[in-house]
Amino acid sequence: MTLSLVLVVAAALFAVGLWGALSQQVVVMVMMGIELMINAVILAGGAFWWFTTPSPDGQVLLLVVIAAMTVEMAMGFAVALLLHRRRGTDMTDMASELKR
Amino acid sequence: MIGTIVFWVAALVAVAAGVEVFRTDSMARASYALAASFVAVGVMLLAFELDYLGVIVILMMVMEMAIMALFMIMLMGMNPALMPMSMVHGKRTATVVAAVVFVGLAAAALLIPWPDRAGAPAADLTRSLGDAVMGSKMLVMLTVSPVLFATIIGALVLGHPRDRYQRYGDDLERDHPDDPIQGGVGR
Repeated sequence: MTLSLVLVVAAALFAVGLWGALSQQVVVMVMMGIELMINAVILAGGAFWWFTTPSPDGQVLLLVVIAAMTVEMAMGFAVALLLHRRRGTDMTDMASELKR
Repeated sequence: MIGTIVFWVAALVAVAAGVEVFRTDSMARASYALAASFVAVGVMLLAFELDYLGVIVILMMVMEMAIMALFMIMLMGMNPALMPMSMVHGKRTATVVAAVVFVGLAAAALLIPWPDRAGAPAADLTRSLGDAVMGSKMLVMLTVSPVLFATIIGALVLGHPRDRYQRYGDDLERDHPDDPIQGGVGR
């Protein structure tokens, strides 16, 4: 188990999440893709911490990343709920006002 | 040795479950697959002796995915046995972008000469994290706290069925808001 190999696993997780975030039409599925990407960041952060500088600072940074994931989740659900209530849909293609 | 085996099994589960999230037809199963991926990452963090963060990730994500499954069933409410789900757009572009990103990140991970470890982990990592959070890194947590509070307020404002902007409907210039129950100061 080396840093490089753990980072390759994190890269695979990140790529899968990116594919989902870019390709999915349902808002909640897009959120799942973003969650997978943050999951990869947590793994990579933990690996960097363990293999380079195992000081408490790295753990605090990981706590902040986990908090960011919580914020993303809460706001994503709120937006999905709002979209569903206003439009009766949960598809990203139906919320494209900013394109105009 | 056992730690290495556990790590690689967890890595395999994390990536395979991540792929399964977007392959399955069932919303609930997609949530469970994502939860499995997070649990596997939590196990990998435990392999790095990050006991506190590993347990936090596992507990938090299992609960989060349970809520997510509820939302997905609530919003979509489809039975995968009756209606197979494939709601994607720009699949080819997404595949190319994801593949390029993976190759780039993996190449960087393998080719960059990473520095050797500097220093040794504390004897009690959870205690050292607690000391940091309550001591030198307290400002970080003091910053995260209002962000989480603002998130609660923002989510409530967005999720509430009737907000201040809906009181006037489409006509924002109207004299009186269209409240179902009149009240307040005589409006």
